[in-house]
Amino acid sequence: MSSPLHLAVALRATGDDAFTAKHWVERVREAEEATLDFVTFDDSLSGEPGLDAVLTAARVAPLTTNIGLVPTAVVTHTEPFHLSKAIATLDHVSRGRAGVQLDTAPYPLHARHFGRREVLDDLWEEAADYAEVLRRLWDSWEDDAEIRDVATGRFIDREKLHYIDFEGRWFSVRGPSITPRPPQGHPPIAATHAGFADIVFAQDPKVSDQLVFRDVTGVPEIDQLLDWREQGFAGFRFHADLHEITRGLVPELRERGLFRTAYEHRTLRGHLGLAKPANQYA
Amino acid sequence: MTKQIHLAAHFPGVNNTTVWSDPQAGSHIEFESYVHLAQTAERAKFDFFFLAEGLRLREQGGQIYDLDVVGRPDTFTVLAALAAVTERLGLAGTINSTFNEPYEVARQFASLDHLSAGRAAWNVVTSWDAFTGENFRRGGFLKQEDRYSRAESFLRTAWKLFDTGVGRFEHQDEHFDISGTFGVPQSPQGRPVILQAGDSHEGREFAAATADAIFSRYGTLEAGQQFYQDVKGRLAKYGRTPDQLVILPAATFILGDTDADAQEKAAVVRRQQVSGATAIRFLEQVWNRDLSGYDPDGPLPEEEPLTGENTIAKGRASVRMFKDPVATVKEWRERAAAKNLSIRDLVIDVSARQSFIGSADTVATQINDLVQQDAADGFILVPHVTPGGLDEFADTVVPLLQERGVFREDYTGPTLRDHLGIR
Repeated sequence: MSSPLHLAVALRATGDDAFTAKHWVERVREAEEATLDFVTFDDSLSGEPGLDAVLTAARVAPLTTNIGLVPTAVVTHTEPFHLSKAIATLDHVSRGRAGVQLDTAPYPLHARHFGRREVLDDLWEEAADYAEVLRRLWDSWEDDAEIRDVATGRFIDREKLHYIDFEGRWFSVRGPSITPRPPQGHPPIAATHAGFADIVFAQDPKVSDQLVFRDVTGVPEIDQLLDWREQGFAGFRFHADLHEITRGLVPELRERGLFRTAYEHRTLRGHLGLAKPANQYA
Repeated sequence: MTKQIHLAAHFPGVNNTTVWSDPQAGSHIEFESYVHLAQTAERAKFDFFFLAEGLRLREQGGQIYDLDVVGRPDTFTVLAALAAVTERLGLAGTINSTFNEPYEVARQFASLDHLSAGRAAWNVVTSWDAFTGENFRRGGFLKQEDRYSRAESFLRTAWKLFDTGVGRFEHQDEHFDISGTFGVPQSPQGRPVILQAGDSHEGREFAAATADAIFSRYGTLEAGQQFYQDVKGRLAKYGRTPDQLVILPAATFILGDTDADAQEKAAVVRRQQVSGATAIRFLEQVWNRDLSGYDPDGPLPEEEPLTGENTIAKGRASVRMFKDPVATVKEWRERAAAKNLSIRDLVIDVSARQSFIGSADTVATQINDLVQQDAADGFILVPHVTPGGLDEFADTVVPLLQERGVFREDYTGPTLRDHLGIR
């Protein structure tokens, strides 16, 4: 019972005001006042009404200070190079609070939005390659690659930049990234699929030896949460009315000494108890 | 009638214009630098902030180029974050039409326009090279001659999606065959402002047909007037009027207490921008050869440039500007002989002259004269120091332009289209 409880909320784009920045800033600030570990921003490429999740997270980042920001990104039709620099930049902008939830787009109807591919097999295997490329690109700059050596006129030590030379079944990516290594090293990768994620959303705590979060619809009794934690869940992501979590559940958990009353860390990895990973190329 | 001037602030880029060795020079990655420049530009009532993009680190002689600033953040992410710390300033960014797809980019720009309440602008650039393609799923799939055709299809497809808002769409042309549902409601500007920077015949036609503003490289009186007339002259055949396209050359500047003081500073900055090592690397891009054995303080190389495909420098658009290296080298040799210039002096002479040099009063007059004489509608200013390089301009030149009644005292509308005076 000594490990801290980790709580997150899934934010959805609903209602007309879900298209204003104010709506998102208010909601994420409310989640931050409740000292949640992170919020996820749902997204898809399905045509369901909503804003781009990475941009929404970036818009909120300068107006919050501690909470983790985890936008969803669909890997099936997008470029790992673009997403890598976007999440690295979100991590720079938020000073170490970025994560990303990788998702797939399995429907041919949605593939027609891109018109580029017909074959939609093994999408989670592709997602694993995608995660591999994200992490390699994040490591493609060593932390101290920028040297600004006036004597020799060199801005970087190019020995500390690395081609990643990834070649897989779906894509190959040469690297290095154009964006220096993010503050967290690797912003945590989340997914509903075990195998490559640092945070796995699942209903069975044994699917992964990484952090497994149970997706919870509505607001459960605290005893139920404690039961689930006993079973091995690291934390919970709520799909619920935000007020019920921030004004109902969290104060009750705090009163019973079960949840933090203030942030002890400034980064998402810090909240989750994850150390900054070593650079695979250093 | 007196024209109103438009001004934009370019975040310093990854070429040797940016003096990273200056003691005042800050980070090119930390968000504070972006906040500083954007808030300075907004305090000075600029039209917009501009951020360029890179999709592959530059190389020369088979190695990553290390003498200039290396590394940039992601364009969309920075602009969305800047929307949180500014209220009126336009937020413009370069996004490539080759290594992206319209559905995704349209979602991103429509989202940015919502999240900034109508301040988004898109600099549509093209690319075709296999070098950049090595970072992307399709590799170097596009032929050079098809790049503008794809860019125009891409843009028209994106427009269809912006106009659709939430609902069904369908689009077929030679580049895209897509259909389905778009999910971002029409944004405050309807469509983001479109910027274009191409200079070839096709580039100018593309701009005349589609752009709201042009990021040009012709900032001097004669060249500027020629470009201005040429491009505005192309608008009629697309059913557009000259006031629907704003022409904004890129411009650098050096301010001083007096004109003489500014000239002295400018000479110092030029030597900071062109170190001996930078000068040799610059020549290599024209000679298309390894010239590392030469002394930058000595005379120009006697060997001739290698003609044909430029293989020494990769990922650098300026290499394409030296279309006839033999003629360029001949001209440079004559210039060096006439003025007794070393390699470094020559490179400074041909590449590093600032657009505006002088006291605040002189620079305000220069800018205003160029605009009133139709060499431009305004300028995209490129400071040479990050992030404080615009501070002095904002504090000294802008008030003079305001006094003369040629630059806004305050924003008159909420959107970037309002600032630019375009529909």
